[in-house]
Amino acid sequence: MFECLKDAVAARPDLQRIGRYMDSSFLLEVGDTPYHVTVKDGHVTAVDIGPFKMRSWDFAIRASKEVWDVFSSDMPPSGYQDLFAMTRYGHASLDGNTAPLLHNLRYVKELLALPRTLRQETSQ
Amino acid sequence: MSARIEPISGRYVHLEIEGRPYRIYFEEAGSGIPLLCLHTAGAHSSQYRHLMCDDTVTDRFRVIAFDLPWHGKSNPPVGWEGEEYKLTSQFYVAAIAAFSQAMELERPVVMGCSMGGRVVVRLAQEQGASLRGVIGLEGSDSPSPWYDNSWLESPEFLRGDFCAALVSGLVAPQSPDEFRWETLWHYYQGGPEVFKGDMHFYRTDSDYARESSTIDTGHCPVFLMTGEYDYSCTPEDTLRTAERIPGAEAIIMAGMGHFPMSENPAAFRDYILPVLAKIADKD
Repeated sequence: MFECLKDAVAARPDLQRIGRYMDSSFLLEVGDTPYHVTVKDGHVTAVDIGPFKMRSWDFAIRASKEVWDVFSSDMPPSGYQDLFAMTRYGHASLDGNTAPLLHNLRYVKELLALPRTLRQETSQ
Repeated sequence: MSARIEPISGRYVHLEIEGRPYRIYFEEAGSGIPLLCLHTAGAHSSQYRHLMCDDTVTDRFRVIAFDLPWHGKSNPPVGWEGEEYKLTSQFYVAAIAAFSQAMELERPVVMGCSMGGRVVVRLAQEQGASLRGVIGLEGSDSPSPWYDNSWLESPEFLRGDFCAALVSGLVAPQSPDEFRWETLWHYYQGGPEVFKGDMHFYRTDSDYARESSTIDTGHCPVFLMTGEYDYSCTPEDTLRTAERIPGAEAIIMAGMGHFPMSENPAAFRDYILPVLAKIADKD
């Protein structure tokens, strides 16, 4: 699901600018599949798909495949439209050191939205 | 494109709040029943610009909104450089009273959003007899936090772009991009830690749940209008509050988020016009 992040960000100079202070790695879990995302200076330099053995990361966002699919739909229902909507209602969890997330909050939120954005761009 | 001037006028008033002088900016349009509008945390009165340009509203209402001290074009108090801004329930109520008095607003309708939607519950409870009614947009009678209090100690609260990103998901997906980003721009504009200072009121100093049942909605009608997508003041929070206030009317707005008047003014219009008509026709 999040394999697309590296190329999608490479094609978006504005997004790179928004995230230019980010130097962090984080985990996105889609059901049982962990995606380890590395960001350096606003570029996604790697997206590795697990399982991993004790790979380090700053923060992890976890949700089922079904939840991520609803989140990525064109018009997500209430409770699924944003990372914090999903954590508030227990659809997703957020763990770890949230400092790099908060410091780059708009950037990370836009990364999470990229599967939806790419699909909408393709359908246009 | 031909130039167009809006009917909104903006001025400054000097007044005292809790014995301290302030220079307060306000905007207004229309004439008739005073409709005092309170902005959300960390933002300013521009959130109500669409309402002030709506003839259907301004034909019957004097729509007036002020920027709280530290917000928008209102100054912080002299000496602010040595103080931490922290909005209290008491100061918020005093500021609204000082402004209403200075502008000679007679039995106003008070409409507030988010923290403004919270404080109107206290206003209705304590001053209901001198109000024509209150409208709480995204309002409830008690805090319902959705992130950890420790986040407030993060240095990110110095940054407007962080405050905007924190609340961005509260705008409904249905809201037009133009107004989504204008709504978020108000957060980009906030002074460092002003949003955080407002959170002191919103998260820890505004629990009115024990007193809200004493509101006399016969004298002061209470309308609570909340967006379906609001996860800061959820529809459930609003419905629970309305259950505690005998006679309060709760309206859940479909396809709407936490900033109805600014994120989707056209859709909000369909919800607010009947409420305003009901209040105006009661007189």
